[in-house]
Amino acid sequence: MSASSAFSDEKGGSSSVGEPEYGHDPASGGIFSSDYKRHDDLKEMLDSNKDSLKLEAMKRIVAMIARGKNTSDLFPAVVKNVACKNIEVKKLVYVYLVRYAEEQQDLALLSISTFQRGLKDPNQLIRASALRVLSSIRVTIIVPIMMLAIKEAASDMSPYVRKTAAHAIPKLYSLDPEQKDQLIEVIEKLLADKTTLVAGSVVMAFEEVCPERIDLIHKNYRKLCNLLVDVEEWGQVVIINMLTRYARTQFLNPNLNECLLEEGGESTFYGSDADQDEDEDEDKKDEALSKRKPYVMDPDHRLLLRNTKPLLQSRNAAVVMAVAQLYFHLAPKAEVGVIAKALVRLLRSHSEVQYVVLQNVATMTIKRRGMFEPYLKSFYIRSTDPTQIKVLKLEVLTNLASETNISTILREFQTYIKSMDKDFVAATIQAIGRCATHIGEVRDTCLNGLVQLLSNRDELVVAESVVVIKKLLQMQPEKHSDIIKHMAKLTDNIQVPMARASILWLIGEYCEHVPKIAPDVLRKMAKTFTNEEDIVKLQIINLAAKLYLTNSKQTKLLTQYVLNLAKYDQNYDIRDRARFIRQLIVPTDKCGALSKYAKKLILALKPAPILESPFKDRDHFQLGSLSHLLNTKAGGYQELPDWPQDAPDPSVRNVEVPEWTKCSSREKRKEKKVEKPFYSDSEGESGPTESADSESDSASSSASGSEQSGSGSEESEESEERSDSDEEEEEEEEEAKKRKTQKKEPIEAVQQSESEQSSEEEVKKRKVSIPPPRNVSESESDDDDSPSDSSQDSESEDSESEAEVKKKKKITPPKAPTKPVKKEGKKEKKEMSLLDFDDFEPTPSPQVTPVGNFLSSSLVTDLEGLSLTDTVLSPATISPSGSLKSYELLHRITGEGLWVEYCFSRQPFLPDPHMVAVQIQFTNSAATEAKSLRLEEAKLQSGMRVKEFPEIEVLPAGESATVVMGVDFCDSTQAANLQLCTHSRKFFVSIQPPVGELMTPSFMTENEFKKEQGQLMGMNEITEKMQLPERCQNEHAIVQRVIAAANLSRVPCGSDKECRFAGRTVTSGSLVLVTVATKESGPSQLTINCEKMVIGTMLVKDILLALTQ
Amino acid sequence: MIHSLFLVNSSGDIFLEKHWKSVVSRSVCDYFFEAQERATEPENVPPVIPTPHHYLISVLRHRIYFVAVIQSEVPPLFVIEFLHRVVDTFQDYFGVCTEAAIKDNVVVVYELLEEMLDNGFPLATESNILKELIKPPTILRTMVNTITGSTNVGEQLPTGQLSVVPWRRTGVKYTNNEAYFDVVEEIDVIIDKSGSTITAEIQGVIDACVKLTGMPDLTLSFMNPRLLDDVSFHPCVRFKRWEAERILSFIPPDGNFRLLSYHVSSQNGYPVGYRSLVAIPVYVKHNITFREGSSQGRFDLTLGPKQTMGKGVEAVLVSSQLPRGVLNANLSASQGTYTFDPVTKMLTWDVGKINPQKLPSLKGSMSLQAGASKPDENPSINIQFKIQQMAISGLKVNRLDMYGEKYKPFKGIKYMTKAGKFQVRT
Repeated sequence: MSASSAFSDEKGGSSSVGEPEYGHDPASGGIFSSDYKRHDDLKEMLDSNKDSLKLEAMKRIVAMIARGKNTSDLFPAVVKNVACKNIEVKKLVYVYLVRYAEEQQDLALLSISTFQRGLKDPNQLIRASALRVLSSIRVTIIVPIMMLAIKEAASDMSPYVRKTAAHAIPKLYSLDPEQKDQLIEVIEKLLADKTTLVAGSVVMAFEEVCPERIDLIHKNYRKLCNLLVDVEEWGQVVIINMLTRYARTQFLNPNLNECLLEEGGESTFYGSDADQDEDEDEDKKDEALSKRKPYVMDPDHRLLLRNTKPLLQSRNAAVVMAVAQLYFHLAPKAEVGVIAKALVRLLRSHSEVQYVVLQNVATMTIKRRGMFEPYLKSFYIRSTDPTQIKVLKLEVLTNLASETNISTILREFQTYIKSMDKDFVAATIQAIGRCATHIGEVRDTCLNGLVQLLSNRDELVVAESVVVIKKLLQMQPEKHSDIIKHMAKLTDNIQVPMARASILWLIGEYCEHVPKIAPDVLRKMAKTFTNEEDIVKLQIINLAAKLYLTNSKQTKLLTQYVLNLAKYDQNYDIRDRARFIRQLIVPTDKCGALSKYAKKLILALKPAPILESPFKDRDHFQLGSLSHLLNTKAGGYQELPDWPQDAPDPSVRNVEVPEWTKCSSREKRKEKKVEKPFYSDSEGESGPTESADSESDSASSSASGSEQSGSGSEESEESEERSDSDEEEEEEEEEAKKRKTQKKEPIEAVQQSESEQSSEEEVKKRKVSIPPPRNVSESESDDDDSPSDSSQDSESEDSESEAEVKKKKKITPPKAPTKPVKKEGKKEKKEMSLLDFDDFEPTPSPQVTPVGNFLSSSLVTDLEGLSLTDTVLSPATISPSGSLKSYELLHRITGEGLWVEYCFSRQPFLPDPHMVAVQIQFTNSAATEAKSLRLEEAKLQSGMRVKEFPEIEVLPAGESATVVMGVDFCDSTQAANLQLCTHSRKFFVSIQPPVGELMTPSFMTENEFKKEQGQLMGMNEITEKMQLPERCQNEHAIVQRVIAAANLSRVPCGSDKECRFAGRTVTSGSLVLVTVATKESGPSQLTINCEKMVIGTMLVKDILLALTQ
Repeated sequence: MIHSLFLVNSSGDIFLEKHWKSVVSRSVCDYFFEAQERATEPENVPPVIPTPHHYLISVLRHRIYFVAVIQSEVPPLFVIEFLHRVVDTFQDYFGVCTEAAIKDNVVVVYELLEEMLDNGFPLATESNILKELIKPPTILRTMVNTITGSTNVGEQLPTGQLSVVPWRRTGVKYTNNEAYFDVVEEIDVIIDKSGSTITAEIQGVIDACVKLTGMPDLTLSFMNPRLLDDVSFHPCVRFKRWEAERILSFIPPDGNFRLLSYHVSSQNGYPVGYRSLVAIPVYVKHNITFREGSSQGRFDLTLGPKQTMGKGVEAVLVSSQLPRGVLNANLSASQGTYTFDPVTKMLTWDVGKINPQKLPSLKGSMSLQAGASKPDENPSINIQFKIQQMAISGLKVNRLDMYGEKYKPFKGIKYMTKAGKFQVRT
């Protein structure tokens, strides 16, 4: 098969020299002028027994087909050559056959037997090619033969033939949809195929034949995810799109909780336009609050996200787009950002690619503005861009506009207005109008700018400005009567009908603001009425009517004159309008009833227009799809389903594991993986990658998964745990026991094994001792010298296990009944306590991970820093003062028996994200009941705000109650001075926040952290050296202490010598970045980067204290 | 997926059609022609056009429209990307992708299209596989074929499709084993009126020409891999290795291919120290004014090099779309030649090499339409140039190693910087 042998073949194959008249280049002019008469020659040539002549004839025939000439009359002559030995002749005959078989069904049957023979050939390539042509001939009679051939090929040894079989499925389906059921069987079989070669093609067949049979995917889901990277690029696109849909039906919305919580925060972070609908949001929030449950990402969901991420680096724009839409539709909000960079990169590609990408970016920017904000400048417009690209970029820029960047954007728009491309200028003016409506602060600036444009020389520009100004003025007309006057003057010059009409409408609508000018304009208009365009005429009538109603003295005659002119207009619309208006406003005896309401009808208050992006709400179409691009449903479009309310049973994706994978040692497999990072074997016939490594890995993971969830035997779980504890050196015996009795939840185990599978380094990392998430939180609460008593502690522990039990139940329903009775009883008790907690905890915000969890998240997180939400398994629902430090607000003695404590619950304060949630506990130790407990603002520092808790009407003696209030400390540690009132007394109290409570955790990746840190150097950086005490040396302790001191989240970090944390201040959202670098010898170093230097300095002190104590 | 493909030339003739499913009448292209008429510029034809029964997705390359007909939902980028791949393949095969080249090789084109799509779904798009199936026409082969009547179709079966390294054919043999890598960077800049940079970014690619015997396994490492933050790879690159060690490790395809492309920007959140990543190698002094009431305008332009690390700026070409009111330009160039097209109002100045001692300038006057008011827009200036032996981002290849084969290959690496979309607003 080498090149040299091919060469000799070539030589040998050419036995004769072609006759000169046929020997000329087949595609040269001669061919293109060939006509029907010459078909006789062609027939002759085809009938000859010289291959070269046949080839020549076929080449000419194909050239004619290419030009769209009809050569069907040659069919009999051509089809005879189907069995020709010469491979090129054969190929060209195939081309011909596929093109014309549909028209000549009977004759086409002659060729079938050749293909049937080919299907049995020992060479896989000949088998494949025979199947390919056979299935491409659209002849209904051979459907049974095709079906049989496909079925046979689907179990062929060669993956290439199986791939061809997958390709043949949609062909047969389109020929005869009746065969669907049988084809689905074949698809099911091929879906189970483990080769990368087949995967893409069979999913394509699945999408064409039975996209609704999502159940076929279950068993193959993990395999597809794992194979994805090695599938060829076109297959990747199809698979990713299909998996997006699949995931939408099988997993829970990762943003359900977050979006409720963060909505408020988001709007204040990034912009303003959400202000008006905040109230609605709040309603929605309340509604959804009740439904909320702690969210845990399904490990399979995570698997999908992780395995698609590298494909953002693909050279194929379609693959990048497919991954981007997958992340947009499926990923937790915090992770969607990764796609922005890749999409921006695509903007350098061909203009068609840009066009599609920009459309999608435009849709994304409406939902997730923050994501593309850093890339604002990449959307700046060049004068050489095609207009359609310019307009789309403009759309994106407009969507990205916010208070912070509006000045840059407007400056950029100013250059665009000077462009020579007038369509683009018009679009820019529209864009300015939209910016002005969305961002109140620049409304006046924009308006002024637009008014200046009114003196532009280009009429189109002026006209567009008028139209936009009209819309803007409608929002607050009373302030801008001078502009209306200015525009009235324009009527003398401006000729564009739309603009004239707009001006007239404005004057009519706000005639009371310009009482002197309006009648004069009408006078002028009446003069030129007959020469105006139709829309202008209509507006003149309109203006006349309005003026008649408001100022009939001056305009009565004018109006009548105009109406008379209109009465005899050529356009029936105008005549109708005139008749209608006359009847309405001029009182006659016939229809007096209506004219009473004339004022109401014509001068009704009109709502201001809302300038909206045409891309709003387009995201209900799957992004990247044709339907999204066209904004209509294209044929064959599969709706993107909504997230399910409750996750369907995840165990359906478990696959039984063949014996051999179990016994093969893990070490060995890992080694293999390192040696051959991609594609396992390379022998010709034996075919492409069976992808042994990834398969077995996934299998083992699912094995442990199924063991956990399926069997339910106590023993397997125990052993699982042991293996865990082997890895974790720090684990305490006692706790291990406790956990055994408590039963570990399956989720975690699955997760663990999953992360094991992912890569070797990770495993190594884990071995360096990283306890599982739960463990940490437990030890955390144990170690902590919080004032909480032991009963509380155990209570929280109980509820914790309760949460787990619940989880387990949800995930493995079949297991529930086999649970020991004892447990059942215990559970019931706990359920009570759960309810109790819910009662006195008015703001349950489950996904807010309390202290310990930030550690755990970063530990289980693989290198990508992805799984932040994964690990929120622990007692998020209830976190009473357990590990939190309480401060006294009112002493028992001063309070005459009323004892008030407060602590910072570290949960976002829902009604206002700029406030710090303060949890207050009232205990009535007096003998009598306390009534109407409430807070009143006394003396607050400027800017500070307080959201009081609802009044507690009665607090019986000996009882206690907990409430949550919000305080906006304005990022300062100044105390909030308040008045605490009871029915009888008032106490002056003050809440003083430690600096660490003035922030909220912020999730970021290592890279983001570094990036941000780089921007906060110099004055914003504070560094302090310190000597860590012995017990504080390990990472674990450091993390614990830092997080106890400040409400920060851990940032994943490559080196174990450094711990990084990030947060944002609650009020201003300024970043707070903390780095603790430990050294083997010598002092450790604490670095804090924060825009607010005061906060930084104070935080340094606090953390230093916490670490060195 | 893709039903049919029509190739349309600039005068609106369909000169090739290919159907992968049932034949779609070429009258479907009328919708395309309609859209083409509506668009003022050829590149403004919308890439996706819905028609009552079909959707037309088109790309424009080398003044040929490739119009694909599809019937149901398919990601538009999938089709667009595929069409571009078709064009790339044609270019690879025929050197150029023009109407004449396609017509001359219509049979090869047809065979290629047949292999690239099966029932509208991409089958073989890797150029190595295709070349094994269908030999590219060379002068020699065309001659031999004419005499002997033999064919372009490979005698072998497409073993590449079965290979585990689908992008590389087996049994490659060369007497001279060589591997060349070109680092080519294009710099995209917008400079505003006052000379400050609005955006600047670098789009770089590493193109390779590898002619090595057997199955070599190459690794390529960089002096400063941190620059490569935003990259896309040829499928041959092992992604895991890159993630872990920042080393490119790959079994190369045979012949020419694009190993990776990368994107370096000055704006997106690089730490402060890195802000100067994108150095702008030339500066422009311009003074283009029109006076109110006068029918003359002044035009004054000077170019100069900066931050080029001693490398010469070559092949400089300045072009500017002057306002519509300009009738003629009367300029004198200190170097090179200029042309002004009074119809399209396009001013082009072929500068050549910039001599740092004597900066090139173009000065003179523009005559405007008499009586017309002064144009309110100033033209923007587009500049093209080349700088050899330098990658403007500072990217440097550290070393190239080969494993898996015994011989010693000849290795070469070349750097070049070009202007991409280099625009100066005036």
